[in-house]
Amino acid sequence: MSFSIRKSLHPGLNLGEEHGDDHLEAETSVFGFWVFMMSDLVTFGMFFAVFATTMPLACCPGPKELFDLGSVAWQTGFLLASSLTSGMAILTLKQEHATRSASTKKLIFWLLLTVLLGCGFLYREISDFIAMAAAGGPPTRSGYLSALWSLVGLHGLHVTSGLIWCLVIVAGILVRGVDMRWKLTLLRWAVFWHFLDVVWIAIFSFVFLGGLL
Amino acid sequence: MLDAIFGRLTWDSIILVQAVEEPNINTLITASAAAMMPVGGVMIVALLTWMKWWKPLFEWLTSVDHKKIGTMYIIFAVIMLFRGVVEGMLMRANQAVGLNGGFLSSDHFNQLFTTHGTNMIFFVAMPFLFGLINIVVPLQIGARDVAFPRLNQISLGLTAAGGFLFMISLMVGEFSTGGWTGYPSFTGRLVNPGVGPDYYILAIAISGIGSTLTGVNFSVTIYKLRTAGMSFMRMPLFTWTALCTSILLIFAMPPLTACCAMLGLDRFLGFHFFTNDMGGNLMNFINLFWMFGHPEVYILVLPAFGVMSEIASTYSGKRLYGYTSIVAATMCIAVLSFTVWLHHFFTMGQSATVNAAFGVATMLIAIPTGVKIYDWLATLWGGRIRFTAPMIYLCGFFVLFTIGGLSGVILASPTLDYQLHNSQFLVAHFHNVIIPGVLFGILAGIHIWFPKIYGFRLMEGLSRITAFLWAIGFILAFMPLYQTGLMGMTRRTVAYEDPALVPWMIVSGVGSLILGLAFLSILVTILVSVLNRKKLMVPFGDPWDGRTLEWWTPAPTPEWNFAVLPKVECRDAFADAKEKGTAYQPIEKYDDIEMPSNTYYGFIIMIMASGLGFGLVWHMWWLAILSLLGAITTAITYAFLPQKHNVIPAAEVREIDEAWRRAAREGRGITRDDEGNQANQGLACPDNIK
Repeated sequence: MSFSIRKSLHPGLNLGEEHGDDHLEAETSVFGFWVFMMSDLVTFGMFFAVFATTMPLACCPGPKELFDLGSVAWQTGFLLASSLTSGMAILTLKQEHATRSASTKKLIFWLLLTVLLGCGFLYREISDFIAMAAAGGPPTRSGYLSALWSLVGLHGLHVTSGLIWCLVIVAGILVRGVDMRWKLTLLRWAVFWHFLDVVWIAIFSFVFLGGLL
Repeated sequence: MLDAIFGRLTWDSIILVQAVEEPNINTLITASAAAMMPVGGVMIVALLTWMKWWKPLFEWLTSVDHKKIGTMYIIFAVIMLFRGVVEGMLMRANQAVGLNGGFLSSDHFNQLFTTHGTNMIFFVAMPFLFGLINIVVPLQIGARDVAFPRLNQISLGLTAAGGFLFMISLMVGEFSTGGWTGYPSFTGRLVNPGVGPDYYILAIAISGIGSTLTGVNFSVTIYKLRTAGMSFMRMPLFTWTALCTSILLIFAMPPLTACCAMLGLDRFLGFHFFTNDMGGNLMNFINLFWMFGHPEVYILVLPAFGVMSEIASTYSGKRLYGYTSIVAATMCIAVLSFTVWLHHFFTMGQSATVNAAFGVATMLIAIPTGVKIYDWLATLWGGRIRFTAPMIYLCGFFVLFTIGGLSGVILASPTLDYQLHNSQFLVAHFHNVIIPGVLFGILAGIHIWFPKIYGFRLMEGLSRITAFLWAIGFILAFMPLYQTGLMGMTRRTVAYEDPALVPWMIVSGVGSLILGLAFLSILVTILVSVLNRKKLMVPFGDPWDGRTLEWWTPAPTPEWNFAVLPKVECRDAFADAKEKGTAYQPIEKYDDIEMPSNTYYGFIIMIMASGLGFGLVWHMWWLAILSLLGAITTAITYAFLPQKHNVIPAAEVREIDEAWRRAAREGRGITRDDEGNQANQGLACPDNIK
């Protein structure tokens, strides 16, 4: 490992040189997570591709009957806002924990707010799924619905694991304080959370808006 | 109640019970194979207890040392290779007597070619290569370990869990009969509701996730952990190919995970991804599978090319000819490998234009591959060539792999493919690239790097016999299949009616017997070498007059690899240092070395993943849920546990390293004439012949 301090050690928000060794340690760990995210992106790409090849069948309800754009707008709002608050959390980490003196409370506040917004997203998404099933559109009905449910569901599963991960981080910070390990975990979680935003924007545009056009 | 506990697992699912209830040749063959596992298990337990090896065993299983993890991958692969070779021999035997029906039932034969293919790709070739990459890459780039040692252990655990599911299908239930590609709708719920396809999906999906993580780990290792001065264009070729393979793993494994997940949703929850009705489309599976499947071919063969590059330069005592062009060719192949997947199904309904485009893209790959072959030939030109075991593999590779590559170019032409697809010609082609390409590379690699890790060489004579057995066995077993393919014999045929095929099938059967001998020969070589290890010791660590960093350590390599991380100023840094006479100069300053300590993380994940897979296959939902929750809990628990490190004090490192350097300065090296005999202590001195 090269120990010369360069301007940018890994893509995205770096901790900065004030964080000393933690900043350097982040290089391998966060870069590795970016690489993993690329792989995950391909997985989403495959689900997108399969979705793109399917067509709603005449026998079963299609986008017009199933999509509630209002609810999708709420979901989008929740998720984008949660991305903002997660960004605030990471900025707090970067700016105020360099000297290990600032309050951990602020960090935890932003993280919990993110979890709350994420839960709002999940609540609306799950209600939509239930409504879709009730309207005669469960995933077992047609190839189109299978692809739709799995693509959106895969994203939802990612959001769920992101929320659990965030709660684990909050617990970890409460138990052990903001040490190097939790800093690096936070950086990786932040990459993950923003990634879910990007994927959601694609789902929103291609699946929901595209379906209703 | 029993249904809730055992799902669809019944007394009759157990193969041994089937053999007792309904004894015939098929159940007896499977039962004897199934019986080998408990018998082997009892023998292993007895051996471990007798030799008091339980504690060392757990030290290995919990180790995060890349060399030990690599070794475990290779041991796993050798065990699976045994199964694969036996299955191949059974199929060849059946076809040798297969005129108007062999001795196997069609269902049994179908399971055999499915398990043989799945096994050889996922549980032999990949673990073998991951093992070699694990062992060699950190040493070649001058690092102490991989970027994420615990993740490395988890990858191994997931591969082993996949292997467990695959092996347990031999004892309980059955495996898929859908071929290693597992196309629906044949593997769909409607046609095949049994456990076979579920075993297949879960075994490859679980091990596939492990492979993705391996790809992440090694690409990060190579990007971030190179020692000072090791720029990209100074990396040894094996490391380059490992990097390309890692990149391919990152991008090519997700399609496999995705198509397995979708097929699983179809089977378990009644989705309609690949069904024939309700808007399902089986072509989606085939496209996704081959989007993984074609890069997979290069995931396997690129590291083997890397080994071949190392052989060409080391065993002819020269710098590699055309380093830059080989690197460029490797990268070209890696990129092109994503553009050709459709040639696996030219006959499945695309337009002629699409077929032509993919045909041309496929033929293009022959160009960078040709560049490499010529570079290796040019490396040998004028070199001081030693015709040792690795060189035999290299020469076999030159001839046989080129034939295999050329038959691939034939298949790449859509018009010809319409005639040749699904025939024995195809079987001959892919065995012809995988055995002389991948397997020769792996076996040569094991021969080369074995002394580095264990401190003693393999017996040279026996290794040469092994190499010749593989080459001859391969030629006899697979060359006839080109002919029978042209005569119209289809692949995966349990019986045939044309007597003209019989002589070819018999030759091929004899060839498979020789391949069986070749496998035994590997075991004999290792066993005899272990027994004679005192005479084969190479404590100085450089038995082949190596050129790259991995030879710059004692053998066996200490846990920390390098006492002080080397600085690199050129390609082939160790060869350069030896030439200048600075290789073993004393070092002023040693530092404490921090190494990650052992952990049960990967081991626990292996058990949980196995439980999850087994629970899903047999619809034992409680087991699946418990295992999944267990895995999540494990991950969270380990996030809270402190990460421990062993600190090796500088004084201890100094003592060991200084002793090695002093002995090397004072010792008398050997020239290449003595490479194969007892005088070779792993210290090289220059040849007089130039």
